[in-house]
Formats: sequence, structure tokens, C-alpha cells
Amino acid sequence: MSRQRDKAPARRRFLRDAARSAAGLAGIAALLGLQQHQSQARDGLALRPPGALAEGDFVNACIRCGQCVQACPYQTLKLATLLSPLAAGTPYFVARDVPCEMCEDIPCVVACPSGALDPQLSDIDQARMGLAVLLDHENCLNWQGLRCDVCYRVCPQIDAAITLELQRNPRTGKHALFLPTVHSEACTGCGKCEQACVLEEAAIKVLPLSLARGQLGGHYRWGWQEKQRAGQALVPEGGQLPAHGVGEGK
Amino acid sequence: MANPVAQAGRDARLRHGWWRSHRFLILRRCSQLLILLTFLSGPLWGVWILRGNYSASLLLDTVPLTDPLMMLESLLAGQWPAWLAWVGAAVVLTYGLIGNRVFCGWVCPLNPLTDLAAWLRRRLGLRQSATLSRRLRYGILLMVLAGSALSGSLLWEWVNPVALTGRGLIHGVAGDAAGWLCGLAAAFGAGIWLLLALFLFDLLVVEHGWCGHLCPVGAMYGVIGSQGVMQVSAQRREQCTRCMDCFHVCPEAQILREPLLSPDAPPQVASDACIACGRCIDVCAENVFTITSKFHSSGAKK
Repeated sequence: MSRQRDKAPARRRFLRDAARSAAGLAGIAALLGLQQHQSQARDGLALRPPGALAEGDFVNACIRCGQCVQACPYQTLKLATLLSPLAAGTPYFVARDVPCEMCEDIPCVVACPSGALDPQLSDIDQARMGLAVLLDHENCLNWQGLRCDVCYRVCPQIDAAITLELQRNPRTGKHALFLPTVHSEACTGCGKCEQACVLEEAAIKVLPLSLARGQLGGHYRWGWQEKQRAGQALVPEGGQLPAHGVGEGK
Repeated sequence: MANPVAQAGRDARLRHGWWRSHRFLILRRCSQLLILLTFLSGPLWGVWILRGNYSASLLLDTVPLTDPLMMLESLLAGQWPAWLAWVGAAVVLTYGLIGNRVFCGWVCPLNPLTDLAAWLRRRLGLRQSATLSRRLRYGILLMVLAGSALSGSLLWEWVNPVALTGRGLIHGVAGDAAGWLCGLAAAFGAGIWLLLALFLFDLLVVEHGWCGHLCPVGAMYGVIGSQGVMQVSAQRREQCTRCMDCFHVCPEAQILREPLLSPDAPPQVASDACIACGRCIDVCAENVFTITSKFHSSGAKK
């Protein structure tokens, strides 16, 4: 009898520990599986709603209430989930799926209670959700000398944010290439160009500003601007530069 | 003397009937469902009662509500929230007036899931539980707050299953059933696996593991509500037969010991751990428990 009693707790403990280990391992396995799943996630580049503060500030200010998502009449915005590349619960949109429709009253900004979407933004044309970049000109139809122009035509800021720059078509020698060219001072990053691009994979894509923009070193000066500011050339003109090989023939 | 765990509440049901022994449970489920429906009525039927979700919302387009933990994290991360979020944090004060963790028992969308795990535990007779300190949640709460300040981010919000559940349920809505399934899958994303892991953790590893030991949201609400007006009280504890039914159903059973079993202690269950679910009142065949206000002077010996 006493042997029986001694055995029972040991067996119980074994079962308990086994169950616990199994549960713990299942949990860890699930988490690791999710991690794997995340690395396969591909839902395009995520952009923030109009008026969003700079990414770091935005993520801290956003209280994940999703009111901007509910306020958007076009169901453009989604909320990031646990393993999204963005902070869970924060709003984003994927331009290729549903671009921003540029509502004049900007309902998403009005709905934001935390200030993560800057209430100062009253003109949607001043929004900077990202910057359109013609990433793959090698597949862009216009660059091949065809007249696609779709990104240019759908742009709400046509002729300001996207222009067509004419260039001689060297392939035919007598036609023009109409090169879609994005101008950062007018592009709002709404993503309509990316959504409308006729290619299987858009040649023009809206990138988050942090990705799209380079930054000039602080020490750089543009010589022509300095010249204009000074009203004259900064180095005396007409000076003789030392020339190599002069008089020695080609 | 003590009843079997699986039969907790049977005496009360036999003596007082089904409704009397389930009324707080039913009311609580109604409250949870009603709050979820006030969130859903907008996207589903265009009747906007609550905009937003459990993290922050706007009641009838006028009264803002903000999760105090989220607000604190944001503040500590270096952001000064807009005034609407501040007004929303006034919910903290209103909430504190009611008392204890009313949010956990009556509002939190995760509560039905963890209750299901606890119920299954009782039904299946799963008694083994790893030991984990109940105070751990306060440690996690402090870690979340300090971590938010140090890292300059909303540390908790990556995994917060409370917010995650709300977001999944509210933002997954769609008019038709198929759309709803797709919507839920998209809105929960991988979060559904976190919830499953949490359920299994509660069921197999630690009894009341999540709400009772880990959740910093509940800990936060407990701290805020600890001075609240409403309290559960073991008013007629001299009638207690030690059947242990209340201990079996209480998600924070440790807080019942003193008020119920120590004749010298005050009868109020004044702990900030109480989620004010009222299940102890439901399952007690002897009518030991009642809800009293903090200022109520009881007849029981102090």
C-alpha cells in the first residue's frame, strides 16, 4: 500500500511534466513557425495614411484605435497584424491594391484622436505619404518608345507630380520617348500611378520617403547656386588650368 | 465537506435555480457582447455607437475613451498625445470610481477565451498547474512601462493580445459570412496563433495563467480600480459551509481566503486582483457574498 502511494506522485509528476513540456514546446514551435511565415510575407510596400508623422514618431504616437481605418470611405487603410513588417495595430495601405483617393476633407486625419496623423494637414495635396519612383525603366512601356502614359494620366497632380519628358528615340531614330518623370515637390505618394501601372508588376512604385529619398551631405554646395547667390563666379573666370598633354598630339 | 471542482455551483443551482446561480455570468457575457456589438454596429449597419476599438474609441461621436496603459506607453515613449486622447484617459478616473478590474470581467474581449480554458480545466479535471507568481503581472507592467521609456516605443503593443483580439473582431467585420471569414483571417493575421497558444497555456500549463499571472493590462486596471467604490463582500460569512465552490470558480481564488475564512479580517474582497465577475455570488448556495459599496458598513464583525 505504501509502495502504491509512493509511486502515484512520481507518475503524476512525470505526466504533469510531460504535458507541460509538450505544451511549452508546442507554443515555441508555433511561434517559430510564425517567424518562418513572416519571412515569406509579401504584401507589397506599406505606406502610412496622409498626415502621418515621421515613421518613428508615428509608431509611438499611434494608439492603434483604427478610427482612421473606419473613417476611410474607400477601405484603403488596413491595420498591421502581429507579424506584419509594421508595428502591430498601426494603419497602412498598399498602393498597388487600394491607393489613397485623396479626399479633400481627409476623414482619416480628422478621425485620429492621438495626433499621430497631423491635424495641421488640411490640404491633401500637401500630404507626403511616400514618393513615386519609376523603379524599373527597363520594363516601362514609355521607356520602350510606346505610348502607355497611364501613370501620368491617372496622377491627381498630372503635369506637376508626373511629367512626360521628351527624348529622342535612338532605336528608331525618328520617334520620341515620353519618359514619365516624378517630381518630389508635388508627389503626394497617393499610389494611384502604382495601382494603375499596366505591367504585371508595377514599374513605378511608391516608396516610403525614408526609402525613396537620398540625403545630401551637409557640406555640399551647388556651385551654380552659390554663383547666383554671390552674383558672380566664386573663382575668377578666364584663369588658365594646367592642361596635360597639350601640344603632344592626341 | 468540500465539493468536487467539476461540480462547483451545483448546490447553488439545486437550491436557487439556474438563473440565480448563473445571473452574474449571463450579465457579464451580455455586457461583453453588447460592448462588442456597439463596436460592430457601425461597420455592419452604419449605426455608429463606438468608433475605434478597445485601445481607444469614441462613444457616440463625443466621448473619447483611451486605454490608460497604451496612453502611458505612448507618453513614456516620448510622444505627447493630442487632447482627445487625454480626455479619453479620463475614462481612467470614471473607471476607478467603479472599482477593481471591472474591465477584465465585463469588457475585455479576451475574457471569454480564458474563462473557457478555466471551465474546461474544471470539467476535464485538469488540476496540475505550474507555479507562477501572481505578482509577475506587476513586474511585467513595470517592465512594459520602463521598457517603453528606454526603447522609445510602445513595447507592449506588438503582442498585446487584448488589443489584438479587439482589432481582429472589430476590423474583420463584413456583410456576408464568407467575407467575414476572410476579414477575420486578415484582421487577426498571425495573432490567432498567439491566442491559441495563450488558450493552451491557460488550459494545460498554468491555471488562470494569462489573466491571473501575466496580463499587464489587467494589472494596470487593477491598480487604477483598487480604490474603487464597488466591492464584493463576504457579508454573511458565518453561513459558510466550506464547500469551496467559490474558491473553485474564482479566477483569483487567493483573494477570497482572508475575507471569507479569517474572522478578524474585514469581509470586503478589497484586493486589486478581484475582477468583479460576481461568480462567487452566483455559485454560493449559502448566499455568503454580496456586492457592497466601499462606504457600506457591514454587520459582520470587523
